[in-house]
Amino acid sequence: MKQFLRRFFLIDLLEGLWVTFRNQDPKRIVTEQYPSQRPEVSERYRGAPRLNVHPETQETLCISCNLCAVACPENLIVVGSVRNPETKRKDLVTFTYDLSRCMFCGLCEDACPVDALELTQDFEIASYTREGLIWDRQALEEGPRPTQYRQ
Amino acid sequence: MTSIDSNELVLNMGPQHPSTHGVLRIVLKLDGERVKSTECVIGYLHRGVEKIAENRTYVQFAPYVDRMDYLAAVSNGLGYCLAVEKLMAAVAPPRAQAVRVILTELNRIASHLLWLGTHALDIGAITPLFYTLREREEVLKIFENYCGARLTTHAFRIGGLQYELYEGFEQQVNTFCDQFPGKIDEYEELLSGNRIWRERLRGVGVIDAATCKRYGVTGPMLRAAGVPWDLRKAQPYSGYEQYEFDVPTRTGGDTLDRYFVRLDEMRQSVRIVRQAVAKIPTGPIMAKIAKVIKPPVGEAYVSIEAPKGELGYFIVSDGTTHPYRLRVRPPSFVNLQALPHMAKGALVADVVAIIGTIDIVLGEVDR
Repeated sequence: MKQFLRRFFLIDLLEGLWVTFRNQDPKRIVTEQYPSQRPEVSERYRGAPRLNVHPETQETLCISCNLCAVACPENLIVVGSVRNPETKRKDLVTFTYDLSRCMFCGLCEDACPVDALELTQDFEIASYTREGLIWDRQALEEGPRPTQYRQ
Repeated sequence: MTSIDSNELVLNMGPQHPSTHGVLRIVLKLDGERVKSTECVIGYLHRGVEKIAENRTYVQFAPYVDRMDYLAAVSNGLGYCLAVEKLMAAVAPPRAQAVRVILTELNRIASHLLWLGTHALDIGAITPLFYTLREREEVLKIFENYCGARLTTHAFRIGGLQYELYEGFEQQVNTFCDQFPGKIDEYEELLSGNRIWRERLRGVGVIDAATCKRYGVTGPMLRAAGVPWDLRKAQPYSGYEQYEFDVPTRTGGDTLDRYFVRLDEMRQSVRIVRQAVAKIPTGPIMAKIAKVIKPPVGEAYVSIEAPKGELGYFIVSDGTTHPYRLRVRPPSFVNLQALPHMAKGALVADVVAIIGTIDIVLGEVDR
């Protein structure tokens, strides 16, 4: 009899639906609606590289010591510099960072003695072309230029 | 290959088959639905990691080991760091060791969770995958907060750690440890009590202890066959002797037993993590080692209990900054050897279950 009533009033179905509806609670939803909802990446996230400039003078912090290029397992950093005859220091001219080969291990960032090179929290670094992933000094300092798809 | 008789059907399974978990190709020789013999064709993901090691410094090679077993990158990193440390006769400070244990055990949980989800998916139970990925996400968030990457973590450095613990690490790990055992019960409710699941797995892919030893099979597969062999107990490393935990074993050696062993291992991992988090020693996180790592001439072999079995690193040093030779003993590769034995006489549909239960990662098989 009990079994019959259970079946008649669809108790099992309602129990199942209750589980379904319980999981509609906004607190229990774990799916992120990615493009509209931005994921929060952690402070230490290793994403797109950036070459830091001094916030006031806009001069590069890089001292062209080449330590990042030496530390890189993939040899993807090329630092170009000229010796300044007045200050006897090396001035940074070019800085190329080949993101297409980067595995974001963070060894360059650890090697940098002046915190000029940094892997930032920016994670949207896709490009339509291979060339677009080779970042020059301007892209590293100001962020990548937006690219358009062309055939 | 010998001559093919007329009743035999040769079927290539993979390398693009979704349930070979990557790019594994299996040549199945079938007699109707029965598998007469199998042959694994590997190498589709070969990247020459061991050769790359000879052209990198010791520090530079560390990120590459993450890419072998990419589901257990932290374990790979631990094994490599321990091997180089042994070569240099250096020891990581106690604080670093405790953090290493916490992260490796969390990684074991993450690896087993993904195994459970995909294995169930192969067999036809879709729901557990969503559950396991939800919990795995929590572990990956801890990794991301700690070292800045989720999958290929590069969490450890030779001699200790690069990163100090972040604020709220203990709390986040403890929250996970409090919630997680309840979630395992949830999986058990979905699968262990499910008659289809039990009948589907019982007696499939049986391998006994003696055969396991003959093939060199380690990890959960060996323990499911009844051998309580766990390197964390047998040859403790990184301070595992301080923690209390059991080595779960079963006796049947079939796919169902391997499922139970892995579930129990996750529970034991939570136990270890709890103990380790409760008493993280203070102090430095990096041993005093030279900036340029130049181990003395010699060789060292270190093996650890990775989620999939014994993961060993053999390094020969010629006294320079680069390894002279580096050899990896990957658990997946060795365990995969047992596939022809386990699949012989099985049905085609069981081959999928057997591949799943070995828990292979092709990045590690091919290196």
